[in-house]
Amino acid sequence: MDYNLLLGGAAGQGMETLTVQLEAVLKRVGFHVHTTHDYMSRIRGGHNFSQIRFGDLPLWAPSSDLTGVLALNPETVLIHQSRVCPGGFVLVDEGLGLTGPDLLALPLARMAKGLGEPQAIGSVALGVMLRLFGIGWEPLEAILNGLQGKKDLRSPNVEAVRAGFGLVEPRYDPPSPAGEALHMLNGSHAVALGALAADMRFYAAYPMTPSTAVMTYLAEHMVETGVVVEQAEDEIAAINMAIGASFAGVRAMTGTSGGGFCLMVEALGLSGILEVPLVVLNVQRPGPATGLPTRTEQADLRFAIHAGQGEFPRMVIALRDVADAYRQTQRAFDLADRYQIPVILLSDQYLADTRRTVPILPLRITRGPRFISDASGLEPFSYRRYVITEDGISPRIIPGQVPDQIQCVDSDEHDEWGHIVESSVQRVAMADKRSRKLAGIRGELEEPLFLGDPEAETLLLAWGSLAGPMREAVSLLVDQGLPVGALIFGDLWPLPTGELEKRLPRALHRIHVEQNGTGQLASLIREVTGVSMTGSVLKYDGRQLTPVEIVAGVRKAVTSHA
Amino acid sequence: MPEVREPRFKLGETAWCPGCGDFGILESLRAALDELELEPHRVLVVGGIGQAAKTPQYINANGFCGLHGRALPPAVAAKMVNPALTVIVNTGDGDSYGEGGNHFLHTIRRNVDIAHFVHDNQIYGLTKGQASPTTATGQVTHVQPSGSPSLPMNPLMLALAMGAGFVARGFSGDRDLLTHLMIEAIRFRGYALVDILQPCLSFNKINTFAWYKKRVYRLDETHDPSDLSGALSKAQEWGERIPLGILYRREKPLWSDHLPHLAGVPLVDRQPDPAVLQALLDDLT
Repeated sequence: MDYNLLLGGAAGQGMETLTVQLEAVLKRVGFHVHTTHDYMSRIRGGHNFSQIRFGDLPLWAPSSDLTGVLALNPETVLIHQSRVCPGGFVLVDEGLGLTGPDLLALPLARMAKGLGEPQAIGSVALGVMLRLFGIGWEPLEAILNGLQGKKDLRSPNVEAVRAGFGLVEPRYDPPSPAGEALHMLNGSHAVALGALAADMRFYAAYPMTPSTAVMTYLAEHMVETGVVVEQAEDEIAAINMAIGASFAGVRAMTGTSGGGFCLMVEALGLSGILEVPLVVLNVQRPGPATGLPTRTEQADLRFAIHAGQGEFPRMVIALRDVADAYRQTQRAFDLADRYQIPVILLSDQYLADTRRTVPILPLRITRGPRFISDASGLEPFSYRRYVITEDGISPRIIPGQVPDQIQCVDSDEHDEWGHIVESSVQRVAMADKRSRKLAGIRGELEEPLFLGDPEAETLLLAWGSLAGPMREAVSLLVDQGLPVGALIFGDLWPLPTGELEKRLPRALHRIHVEQNGTGQLASLIREVTGVSMTGSVLKYDGRQLTPVEIVAGVRKAVTSHA
Repeated sequence: MPEVREPRFKLGETAWCPGCGDFGILESLRAALDELELEPHRVLVVGGIGQAAKTPQYINANGFCGLHGRALPPAVAAKMVNPALTVIVNTGDGDSYGEGGNHFLHTIRRNVDIAHFVHDNQIYGLTKGQASPTTATGQVTHVQPSGSPSLPMNPLMLALAMGAGFVARGFSGDRDLLTHLMIEAIRFRGYALVDILQPCLSFNKINTFAWYKKRVYRLDETHDPSDLSGALSKAQEWGERIPLGILYRREKPLWSDHLPHLAGVPLVDRQPDPAVLQALLDDLT
């Protein structure tokens, strides 16, 4: 059982605070929570809203069906009223003077004013909504008291919540509490925490929506974690700084969105030829150029795989949900270190901004196999940074830490000493050394997640943050009597082919589901396996695909191919 | 007999044109590092792309030859995380002031403790003779056949205006002074700029060795390097007379002085603290 609430208003009306308060209370009651944000690229005005789903089972996606709406302005009512399910409500302040079906016009402002706290209108509304869902006052009061003084949220006004609580009677049966301890976080915080668990010590970035929250979180915690968080003058500086820090011996990362990633591309190749480990986060948003700054898309897959002139090994990993983002970010540092390559993490606005509950995240600190050498046994000044090896990996030393050993790294083609060369023999030897790392990288690849019915003749293929919506879509389709299986890719480059080789040949319908207009995963699979898709579900309006939309798209694709 | 000490820093074979001003700069760099008694493994020389930017290849210290225009960001970051390194950027006027102009501005603002030696020959050498940001207006090149139409940049004025704490000018033909300037710049606590005039025999037929030799003079004790207006006035002197020496020197708080959490154990030597990370995770409940 789950419910879906929408809180809407103009930017600056305090909805963000109210959303955080409501989801905090719902989570503490014990429900699974899933919150998405829809905001415009402006600071005041416009129309912003968040949708909070809560229930007794893990929730993986936004839903377009609403149980209730809290409308802080008339525009919210106009835009969203039609999505309210039978028996639902639209809560407004009576002062808006609105009437209509489902409308629940209450004296929210008057109650707040009566308490001498006119700003507490949101807390009154909070009380109304919590009461409607049958939450008891006693546990609620304990939760509210527990929220006081929490530094990451402005505490609700308990008296105002109580006032709202008294305005209505319970209307809905509350879901059962989940019964397990949960963490709640968004994709940005998951990436930041994964990086910290990997012992990242240096993060440089230039602010860019929707990637900035990673930098903000790290900056908030830089003192206790001992991390450099540097706001660079541009993305070119950010990535070159990260490379410099990594060369000098710490784990380093930069993060941005597509436009900033464009500026970083030359230095991506620098990491490749210097063989300096690097993790780059690209939180995708719709492009090209400025595109839709605050919205979501998965259209940088091909770009991430091919970014940069020349040829060098890299990995591209798409993050699938918040727990996956935490784990994969940590893994990215290990892979970057082990193979001395750039690893690109692809997130997107939907994943970055969506907060949801997950089982407790494990703490497992890694510094990975770092291939850091102490150069023991070497004659003074005989260390060769790019010594030719069978697996292509040349042991690194940290500059300054090994007496009488120095190293030179060069973006020009170079010999084992890192000195510029132009001989064809040395060029080929060094290019081959770098390429040999790919064999090891292929051995590290994780196959895509498989969901659904292994015997189904319909196979869906998706990647990254569509994992959540796909989970619900697959269940819905199976429930509706259309058996499907689904592969959800995390590792994308090199492309793991084990599951594809096993499942593509038996699939009559092969349908790719992507949040882009051209089907970038489909083209990648065709390139690597020679197998084409038979149908597609694509969306590129900047709004997240919902399970219901995926179900409709898949049904249509199956019918038109049959 | 005076003790003859083997120089710690050795020079390799270069790809520079015979007679290039880069040789004098490289010799001075070696002399400065020896004089400071630094150990090669604790020195990091960083370059971008260009003839000057090859300097890290030719001296036995750690070397980082990065991208064109991007020498400063990795240099600064290396110093931030591994402060035991003496970090010196050796690169050209195109790299520092053209392609890397934005980094130049913001590296001054950041004030990390690095030295920046700009081999300023007022021309692009590696790409064979186009105007650089410091080429004089009207100077004819293959790409500016009607003469460079833009104003030349004055890096010293710019650095002073941006608040740089150490601003000096050297000349590849005055090696003793240049070595001294390099030593002082490396010792200076903060970002230190030495703009080094040098002839480019192959591509700059105007600003030749003789051209510089006729004009340069050493600042004497009448110049007070702690006086910003005096420094600004000397920075504007160009043409018949060109001053060499330390124009300005005044220590300012370092980037790291504002970040006490980075004091103590350098980041490169730190280990993660599980309790701190567990507390962050516990905050998610």
